[in-house]
Amino acid sequence: MSDITLVDLCIVACSEAFRGNGEIVATGVGPVPRLAAGLAKLTHTPELMMTDGEAYLVEQPVPLGPRKYDDRKPAGHLPFSRFFDSAVWSGRRHAMVTPTQLDRFGQINLSYMGGTYDKPKTQMLGVRGFPGNTIYHPNSFFFPAHGPRVFVPQVDMISGVGYNPAKRVPGGNYAAVDLRTIVTNLCVMDFGGPDNAIRVVSLHPGVTFDEVQAATGFALVCADNVTETPLPTSEALEVIASLDPHNIRASVLKDNPPARKAA
Amino acid sequence: MTAAMLDKRMSAAEIVGQLSDGMTLGIGGWGPRRKPMALVREILRSDVKDLTVVAYGGADVGMLCAAGKVRKLVFAFVSLDAIPLEPWFRKSRESGALEVLELDEGMFQWGLKAAAFGLPFLPTRVGLGTDLAELGGLKTVQSPYDDGETLIAMPALKLDAALIHVNRSDWRGNVQVFGPDAYYDEWFAKAAAKAYVSCEELVDRMEDHYPGDAQYNLFERCFVSGVVEMPGGAHPSSMPPHYGWDMKAFKTYADSARDPGDWAQVADRFVGASEAEYLESIGGKEAVAALPLPIF
Repeated sequence: MSDITLVDLCIVACSEAFRGNGEIVATGVGPVPRLAAGLAKLTHTPELMMTDGEAYLVEQPVPLGPRKYDDRKPAGHLPFSRFFDSAVWSGRRHAMVTPTQLDRFGQINLSYMGGTYDKPKTQMLGVRGFPGNTIYHPNSFFFPAHGPRVFVPQVDMISGVGYNPAKRVPGGNYAAVDLRTIVTNLCVMDFGGPDNAIRVVSLHPGVTFDEVQAATGFALVCADNVTETPLPTSEALEVIASLDPHNIRASVLKDNPPARKAA
Repeated sequence: MTAAMLDKRMSAAEIVGQLSDGMTLGIGGWGPRRKPMALVREILRSDVKDLTVVAYGGADVGMLCAAGKVRKLVFAFVSLDAIPLEPWFRKSRESGALEVLELDEGMFQWGLKAAAFGLPFLPTRVGLGTDLAELGGLKTVQSPYDDGETLIAMPALKLDAALIHVNRSDWRGNVQVFGPDAYYDEWFAKAAAKAYVSCEELVDRMEDHYPGDAQYNLFERCFVSGVVEMPGGAHPSSMPPHYGWDMKAFKTYADSARDPGDWAQVADRFVGASEAEYLESIGGKEAVAALPLPIF
């Protein structure tokens, strides 16, 4: 396995989040989530829908990076002008994204850090579509650098709905809040602990639970049957390589390490 | 109404002359795409100030903020895509110069639709369980039916004026909009008391030139108060199928937010004394037309 990279292992782990999702739009934002959605569609979950990254639905996932513009073969149309009607507010979507912060309730932040609403210390992207995404359809997350500045006790600006009872306005409908999988460079987690606490379900080869806990700003639950995150199959590696011919994924994780952490 | 009265042609300066201090201005497009930048540049050449700007923001918002034209910003993001965070917007935000209403992308278009239909608000679940409602002063309503559900009342985003860049128009404001995605331009037009349209190509009577493309008439001419032909008018944003964005120009613009970091020193380069001078400085409209469409 010396030639298997950690990023490929992460892509496979991310693709598992889309397994069996049905005819919904799988959105992966960023190279790893996007490759994961493509891998899922080309292997275990062909019924997934996805866009070309712009406005057309494609049945063949679009590879990353430079290529001829017209390589894309649209099978359908899902422009932003219809996106909320057709995918988001209908719940027919599962997005995998990388917010700046995530807290113990699964609340995420990508708006600003420090300061105030009127004068933030650090302005970030803005909430984008996250308040709507998180109340209407399933969401998963990928973090390339698991650390205490990402996994914080309480996010600075709650940009996405989590499982925090104190933030739930009485009478609101939160039935569709569905946070599923968190994949990082260290492990795979879900929200399966008591009261949706974040729980480690598999550790990447050579990583211990204590290392993950030390890199996290709140207490984690360790699953009773925690496993080692499986290595990619040769079939998966071939599909990933075909979707990333320029090896853009090699720059996602610091120093592009091997799948097994050095002892 | 006589045929002559249906001639809505104006100059860019005449369009900006319709704007006044303190107005709420909607700007169509999305991030670095389909932005009516030539009209934005015309605002930057004018004395108009204290605007409330409502936009899926890109360099339009960044430039207006940098030039101190914006009193309040209604936004869900301000981004140049490959440059994820608009640097001049960031600078304005972090200086505390802007009053803001931050919204989710979906509830933003919902607010435009409320305005288009003359409703005070439209209900939505979006915003519940986040900090948006509290920070933005958004109120809730309760369903009067048996479900009794509590929902956010997304207030109408009523616009005094909207600026939109389209592919084609005729003198009367019959527009045709191409490209893979028109974003929410239709709703900016309908949410506004007056919408002004710049276009890549202007014809006298659409039916005499492009009758076969009538299904691309994204919004009807009753929503259009003025039209002006401005080929290359979205530059440096993209205007498919005519041209892609000018990422090199965006990078230069973004870098200038750090060095020198003073809009007054660089405004000439990104705005120009006139649109003709601006176009000349970037190699003419032919250079804009040659910009390749982006690949995702």
